[in-house]
Amino acid sequence: MAEPASLKVSVWRGGADGALARFEVPARENQTVLDVVTHIQRELDPSLAYRFACRVGMCGSCAMTVNGRARWTCRTHVRKVVGPDGALELRPLANLPVIRDLAADLTPFFEKWRRARGRFEPREAPDGAVPEDFAVVPPASRARREADAGIECIGCGVCYASCDVVAWNPDYLGPAALNRAWTLVNDVRDGARAERLDAVAGDAGCHSCHSTQSCTERCPKGLDPSSAIAGLKRTLFWDTLFGRR
Amino acid sequence: MSARGQTHLWVVQRVTAMLLAIAVTVHLVTIVIAVRGGLTAAEILARTRGSEGWLAFYCVFALAAGLHGAIGLRAIAAETLGLRGRGADLAWVAIGLLTAAFGIRAAIGLYA
Amino acid sequence: MDLRPRSHPTYLAFVVHRVSGLLLALFLPLHFWVLGTAITGEARLEGFLRWADNPLVKAAETVLVVLLAAHLAGGLRVLALEFLGWRSRQKDLVAASAGIALLAGLAFLLNVV
Ligand code: SF4
Ligand code: SF4
Ligand code: FES
Repeated sequence: MAEPASLKVSVWRGGADGALARFEVPARENQTVLDVVTHIQRELDPSLAYRFACRVGMCGSCAMTVNGRARWTCRTHVRKVVGPDGALELRPLANLPVIRDLAADLTPFFEKWRRARGRFEPREAPDGAVPEDFAVVPPASRARREADAGIECIGCGVCYASCDVVAWNPDYLGPAALNRAWTLVNDVRDGARAERLDAVAGDAGCHSCHSTQSCTERCPKGLDPSSAIAGLKRTLFWDTLFGRR
Repeated sequence: MSARGQTHLWVVQRVTAMLLAIAVTVHLVTIVIAVRGGLTAAEILARTRGSEGWLAFYCVFALAAGLHGAIGLRAIAAETLGLRGRGADLAWVAIGLLTAAFGIRAAIGLYA
Repeated sequence: MDLRPRSHPTYLAFVVHRVSGLLLALFLPLHFWVLGTAITGEARLEGFLRWADNPLVKAAETVLVVLLAAHLAGGLRVLALEFLGWRSRQKDLVAASAGIALLAGLAFLLNVV
């Protein structure tokens, strides 16, 4: 496919009431969206604010809204997302406060992670001491496989920015925090299962999810938070029905 | 309403959903069969009059549908109008039960 | 509303489910009330049914049947995800097509009579 010689890039500038600014960036082979942003900042406008660290899809800091969809920009090739006329529209992640330009404030995202009790709480050594012995977790066990399915989350916030329920209900914990909670519910070494299930129940938690699967559709790591949330719902359903909580 | 109460509403929503999955299928099949060759009052009442089976079916159906609909509206009102809170929740349960009562009234009409 | 991030099939399934659910929930009290009032005797019910013979009411009824079938299909999708732990999106497509088939079948049946 013939590629346009230059990209017409619209970039969000300013805070919540900012506006799009236009830049012309030379098109290159194997160019990522992050490369485009870096070019603008280095060559065209050094005041542009954005965030990245690893550039190889590990740290989760580079996510932005690219042509309407949340994506990790360091692993998104321009050729995959650019319009036929070379148009690229970059905004900060949705559903989060804007700090400036392409940098969104992820404080609410990580605060909800904490509220969902997303921290491992060792069953055998609640004081944080190192347990006497290794825990044996058979790799083929059901719980281990459930935990494995969601463990590779890099905390990029793409799912959170893609979820309508987050936009509709400011208290909603969101797909990443609930996905994290489900991995811990399935961690046999964890000692806070009951408290964690309490933390993720109700309208602010898993019960508001409508299975739109936008999170699953967009997660760059190919995780399936929607199914993790379904797991939480299922667990809470039977626990409630049998009066276990 | 507490997270516990919200969880209970969700459980009711799903239990009624499971009942409705069966009831709606029966309802749709009945409709499709009944409308063949036109619908007459005598035909309908011949099926339902004095039949405890149909009475029980329509009563359970009405109760499940009333509650299921109201809990569904509750979510839509919360998410699009921002209508939340204990008062609203109680109102939705009341609306669900009232709707169900209308349905049960109709079911009794078909039986008696 | 920006549709670009909302174009996947499962999002569409959600929209259909929500809109059909909303309309059905609003219709339900009306349905029950009118039926409860009509069924106070065979003659009254017959009168109501003859009124319901007019094409406008027939068209509305067909729409309601389709909404009900669509909401049923969407509900089965949600229950399968939540209670059977379906993961793959392929299965959703199966459920969706089953729903569409159901819809088509019903619409057809209602049309021939
Ligand atoms: S499946 Fe649930 S958590 Fe994921 S985007 Fe949809 S509503 Fe949000
Ligand atoms: S679940 Fe996926 S999209 Fe969400 S934060 Fe983790 S890696 Fe990012
Ligand atoms: S820069 Fe680390 S994931 Fe993109």
